[in-house]
Amino acid sequence: MINNQSIAEEIVRKFGDDVFDFEEPFGMLTFSTTREQIIPMLDCLNKHSEYKISFLTDITGVHYPDNSGQEFCVVYHVHSFIHNFRARIKVFLAEADLHIPTASELYASANWMERETFDFFGIIFDGHPNLKRILNMDEMDYYPMRKQYPLEDATREDKIDALFGR
Amino acid sequence: MATDIKIVESPEGYEGSGFFATSFDKVVGLARSHSLWPLPFATSCCGIEFMSTMASRYDLARFGSERPSFSPRQADMLLVAGTIAKKMGPVLKQVYLQMAEPRWVIAIGACASSGGIFDTYSVLQGIDRVIPVDVYVPGCPPRPEQILEGIMQLRELTHNESLRRRNGDEYQALLASYHIQ
Amino acid sequence: METLIAPQNKGNLTKDEKIQYVNELTTLNLGPTHPATHGIFQNVLTMDGENIIAAEQTVGYIHRAFEKIAERRPFYQITTLTDRMNYCSSPINNMGWHMTVEKLLGVEIPKRAQYIRVIMMELARIADHIVCNGILGVDTGAFTGFLYIYEQREVIYEIYEQMCGARLTTNMGRVGGMERDLSKESIQKINQFLKTFPPVLREFEKLFNRNRIFMDRTIDVGGISAERAMNYGFTGPNLRAAGVDYDVRVMSPYSSYEDFEFDIPIGQNGDTYDRYMVRNEEMWQSLRIIEQALKNLPEGPYYADAPQYYLPPKQEVYRSMEALIYHFKIVMGEIDAPVGEVYHTVEGGNGELGFYLISDGGRSPYRLHFRRPCFIYYQAYPEMCVGSTISDAILTMSSLNVIAGELDA
Repeated sequence: MINNQSIAEEIVRKFGDDVFDFEEPFGMLTFSTTREQIIPMLDCLNKHSEYKISFLTDITGVHYPDNSGQEFCVVYHVHSFIHNFRARIKVFLAEADLHIPTASELYASANWMERETFDFFGIIFDGHPNLKRILNMDEMDYYPMRKQYPLEDATREDKIDALFGR
Repeated sequence: MATDIKIVESPEGYEGSGFFATSFDKVVGLARSHSLWPLPFATSCCGIEFMSTMASRYDLARFGSERPSFSPRQADMLLVAGTIAKKMGPVLKQVYLQMAEPRWVIAIGACASSGGIFDTYSVLQGIDRVIPVDVYVPGCPPRPEQILEGIMQLRELTHNESLRRRNGDEYQALLASYHIQ
Repeated sequence: METLIAPQNKGNLTKDEKIQYVNELTTLNLGPTHPATHGIFQNVLTMDGENIIAAEQTVGYIHRAFEKIAERRPFYQITTLTDRMNYCSSPINNMGWHMTVEKLLGVEIPKRAQYIRVIMMELARIADHIVCNGILGVDTGAFTGFLYIYEQREVIYEIYEQMCGARLTTNMGRVGGMERDLSKESIQKINQFLKTFPPVLREFEKLFNRNRIFMDRTIDVGGISAERAMNYGFTGPNLRAAGVDYDVRVMSPYSSYEDFEFDIPIGQNGDTYDRYMVRNEEMWQSLRIIEQALKNLPEGPYYADAPQYYLPPKQEVYRSMEALIYHFKIVMGEIDAPVGEVYHTVEGGNGELGFYLISDGGRSPYRLHFRRPCFIYYQAYPEMCVGSTISDAILTMSSLNVIAGELDA
C-alpha cells in the first residue's frame, strides 16, 4: 500500500533517528533528515523495488534568519510516476557550516537546481561539478535571496524614495 | 488598372522638363523614413507583441520594414523590446556600437523604457542608462497599434533629420555622455 | 608546414597531433541575441567543422528576481509576475497560481468557474503550441506556415480581451474564481474559433507533417531516451515525445479536468519530429476539451462564496457595509492567510509548472518558489546536441520551446 503512513513507517524503519518532524500539510508527506542521510535517502527511495520514487521534481532553499543554528533549509520534492505519490524532504543547515552533498550524481536535473540554490542563498553543494552562479551576474558578491538584503538596487538614481514621497 | 494608389508626396523643389531640383536633406529623409530596417532585440513578452506586429494582421512590412535584419551592420533602427537585465546591458551596448550610422533606437515597453514593474537588483532601469534612445513606447506590453505609432513617430524624426546632425557637436556630446566614441 | 588532420585519421592521434586538433576546433558563440527571437540565453559551442564537440550554456540574461519580488507583494499582485514567466501561455500560469493560493486558503471554487478556467487554459495551450510549431517551421526556412497560423493566435487574443482586457500578459481570474463571467460575445467568439481553427491547423499540417524536407531535417535530430529524459527532470510535451505518458492533468487532476475526455499523445524517439507531432496532436486534444467544456458549461456563480478573499461586486460595495469592509480589508491587506506550506502543480505549455508557497500568516508569502519546467529541461541541451551538426542544434533548441521568461524568472 502506497500511502503516507506506510512509507513513513518504512522510512523510520530504515533510517531510525535520522528522520524526524513528520507532517502532512495539504496531504503531502513532509519530513526532515540530516545532511549525511539525504543522499542515501534519495537513493533508497529511487531504487526501492515497490515505491519507485524516481523523479526529482525540485530542489530549493529557504532562509529562516530567526532560527539560530538552523537558518537555512534545503527542500527536495520527489515524485513517483507509477504510484502518483509525492513527498517533501527537508534538510536544515546552520549558517556557520553551510555544506550539503550534491544530488547531481543521482539525478542529472539536480545540477542546475543546486546552482540556483547556491546563487540565491550561498549553500555549498559538495561534489557539484560546476558550482557557480547561474542566474545572477558572476561578479555579484552577495546572495540576494537572503532576508537581510533589499529587493531594490541601492545604486539606482531615478527611483529614489525622495521622489516618491517616502 | 488601379487609380487610387497612394504615392508619397514629393518634396518642394523646382522642376522642369527632365529635372527636379530639391535639397539633398529632403530626398534622403524621404528615402530613409520609408525604408527603415529594424533590428529586433526582443528579450521577453514585448518580443511576442513585436512578433504580432510583424505578422499578417498588423503588418509592419507595409511601412518599409520588409527586412527585419538580425545583423547590426545592415539595420537602421534597433527595437529593444523587453526587459534588459544588468547582465544583458553590455551585450546591448555592443550591438548598438556595431550598428552603422545613421541609427535610431526605439525602446518598446515599460521595462525597456524605465525598468517597468521590475524595480529589482538585477534589472537595468531603462535602456537609456546605456544607450541613447529616440522613441519610447510605453505599455506592458504595448499593443501592436502602439508599436506602430512609435515607428510612425520615428519616421517623422527620420524624415526631418538634418544630414549634418550626426557630425554636429550636440550629437557628439550625447554619445560622449554614454562613453561611446 | 601544418597540415589539417583528415577526418578518417582522427581515431589514433599522437600527442602533438592532438594539440593540433584542439587548435583546429572553432568556438562559436550562439547568443545571447540570436535570430528567430527565441529568447536570450547563450550557448558556446566548440565545433570541429560543422560537428559539435561540446556545448556550454549561460542563462540569466533576463533574471528579474521574481521570487524576491513575490516576498513583498500581496497574493493578488503576484499574478502579474506569473504572467511574465511563460508569456506565450499566461492564463495557465495565472490559474495555477490562483489554485495554489486557493489550496492554502481552503476555498472551494464553483463548477462554472472551473470550467471557464479550463477553457482559458486550453486556449492558452493552443496559443503556446502555435508559437512553438510556427517558429520551428521558420527555423527550417518555411515562413509561410508561421504567417498562416499566427493569425489564429490573434483570434485567441480577442477571446482573452473579452475575458480580462489584455492580450498577452493576461492577469486573468482572481483568487476565488474569475473576475467576470463568460459573456455572450465570448461564447460566440469561442464557437467561431472552434469552427475556423481546424481547417487552418489542417492546412498547417499539410505544409509540414509529411513534408520531405521538414522530415529529413527533424527525424532523428536531438533525440533523448525516456530514462535520460526522466533523469533530467523533463516534463510536458518533451517528455511525452520520449515515450512517457506523464500529464499533470491526468495524474493529479485539478479544476475539473477529470470531467473531460481527452487523449495524451506520446512519441517514440524523443527527437524533434516527435516533439513537433506531440504538440500538434495536443492542439487537437485541446480543441476537444474546449468543445466539451463549452457544451457542458454548468450554470451557477463564477466566483466562490468567500467574501474575505474575493472582492465583492462594486454595486454591493457602494451599498452594503459588510461589502465595504471586506473590500477595504482585502485591498489594504488586513486579511491574514493561514500559516502553512503548499506545493501545487499544473500542466503548463512546457510541462509541470509548480508553485511552492510557504506562508507565515502575513499578506505576502514568506517564500515562493516557481518550479519552472524550461529551466530544468534546458540542462539537457548539451547532451542532445553534441555529436550533431550546427543546423541540427538550432532545430533542437527550437523544438524544446525554451521561453526565456520561464528560464530565468
